[in-house]
Amino acid sequence: MLKYALKRIIKLIPVLLAITLLVFTLMYLTPGDPALAKLTSQGGTVTPELLAEERHAMGLDRPFFVRYVDWVLNILKGDLGTSYSDDQPVASKLMKALSRTLALAAASTLFSVVIAIPIGVYTAIRKDSLFDNIVRILTFTGNAMPNFLIALLLMFLFCIKIKAFPVVATTNLKGMFLPTLALSIPMISKFARQTRADVMSQLSEEYVIGMHARGIKERTILFKNVLHNALGSIITIVSLQVRVLIGGSVVTEMIFRWPGIGNMMMTSITARDYPVVQGAVLILSTLQVLVNLVTDLSYYIIDKRISLE
Amino acid sequence: MKKEKPKLTRSQLKKLKIKRRTQIWGVVVTLVLLLSLIAPYCLPHDPLATNAQAMRQAPSPEHPFGTDNLGRDVLSRLLAGARTSIFATIMLVIISFMIGTFIGVICGYYGGKLDDLVMRFTDILLSVPQLVLAIAVAGMLGGSLVNTMIAIGVTSWTSYARLARSHAMRIRQLPFINACRLTGSSDANIIMHHVVPNLIGPMLVNATMEIGSTMLSIAGLSFLGLGVAPPTPEWGSMVSESRSYLQLAPWAVFAPALAILITVMLFNYFGESVCDLANSKEA
Repeated sequence: MLKYALKRIIKLIPVLLAITLLVFTLMYLTPGDPALAKLTSQGGTVTPELLAEERHAMGLDRPFFVRYVDWVLNILKGDLGTSYSDDQPVASKLMKALSRTLALAAASTLFSVVIAIPIGVYTAIRKDSLFDNIVRILTFTGNAMPNFLIALLLMFLFCIKIKAFPVVATTNLKGMFLPTLALSIPMISKFARQTRADVMSQLSEEYVIGMHARGIKERTILFKNVLHNALGSIITIVSLQVRVLIGGSVVTEMIFRWPGIGNMMMTSITARDYPVVQGAVLILSTLQVLVNLVTDLSYYIIDKRISLE
Repeated sequence: MKKEKPKLTRSQLKKLKIKRRTQIWGVVVTLVLLLSLIAPYCLPHDPLATNAQAMRQAPSPEHPFGTDNLGRDVLSRLLAGARTSIFATIMLVIISFMIGTFIGVICGYYGGKLDDLVMRFTDILLSVPQLVLAIAVAGMLGGSLVNTMIAIGVTSWTSYARLARSHAMRIRQLPFINACRLTGSSDANIIMHHVVPNLIGPMLVNATMEIGSTMLSIAGLSFLGLGVAPPTPEWGSMVSESRSYLQLAPWAVFAPALAILITVMLFNYFGESVCDLANSKEA
């Protein structure tokens, strides 16, 4: 296990390096001068001399590769640069926001799994029942819903019509409820559909018939064997959804004004505060890579036959 | 003796049913496309005309979906925006389909160093959250419909490329390709006349299934204010514009949002039935 984990972690290094290069190139190619952006975002008149001085101070007059290496070395030291808008270190700004985003992501993933898997299993064993048909229509609709529609509907119902929640989400449990629900609805739809399909395909396997023939209880087969075998593809769909979840959290955080990393990224894009955008993309991508790692490791835990390649 | 009508087996009946369903959804989707093309020419009101006397009016016979903050007719804007929203989606799917298939076929057919390099590159693009990268790209390029399409296109071609590559690798090893080589056909000839025709079917099925999610991505970006610039009507940006007065005029928010939902559902139903049809033909 340890050896496998170590090998997987070593394989991450080139991927992470490539991501830093991608993010850095993206910012490098951005039209507009960061020095000018910094000076204008801080207000005041910009003279050509001031601009040249600022460019030198920010190291913008050095070649691409030198700046890239410098940037990566700083990241390794935990320094993501300073924000143009308030001169605060980007890393500490983003970390605070990241913890709030993670709280939302973890809560909604957990909530979705807890709700969706029982629904998926039940609809698989009661195929074509009324409940199954209702769930099928609901999950199909949930899959096609733009995430802002879900968030705005929840806001309209709970904040404006019932007035059960304030419009601006507070960072406590009550405030977390609506954003979590908004992120969960599309995930529940995906997970329930996937679980249903997996359990159904497992139920038609010959080993299930064999176990039935030997008189083993339905419940034992379902929970001990079928669910265990379906777990691999359920984990796959959960980890694939994390990609969508990270993207969706930008929209949801913006609507509920949840002070997470997605919200911060959007305000920084509007303010042309590039170091923050750069840092946010980098952190979210790293998060994604780590989730992929955990997914691969969990496959190994479920099924020991899986090894490297 | 009277000749008996040949009876259909259960599986044949099922195939016919799937075929009929696909035809029906095909007609529905074609109608939606036609409607979105014709709609901008027969609008009840001018979608850009503001009216200070008719601000945020609730739905009425005059304005079936109400009016927005500037007194513009929501229905007219919805119809005028249909072409932008739907055709931007279709164009993006077609372009990323073509680029992805081209790269995938070349990689799969030739293999080697180039293939390795491109596949590592797609690995990296796939390990970055798609919408986050798209937001960053669109934010850098500035808001416009073309930039939105580029921002999503940066990652969307990869899934087509991977699929096309795996098909091309399989086809390359079939005996008839060797036969072609023996007769002296050039690589370009083999790719165009033998590899591509054999993988285009499953690739197209995949592309139809992607229409819905592509539409959602475009809508998401324009909702974030990274799509078409106002006042041009487009569904995602209509929701974004009217979001701030959700309390006063919910119709201006929910009409375009529901239009997106319904269109995505139609395309998803169509994509799913096309997929079922392809599977039933294979079986």
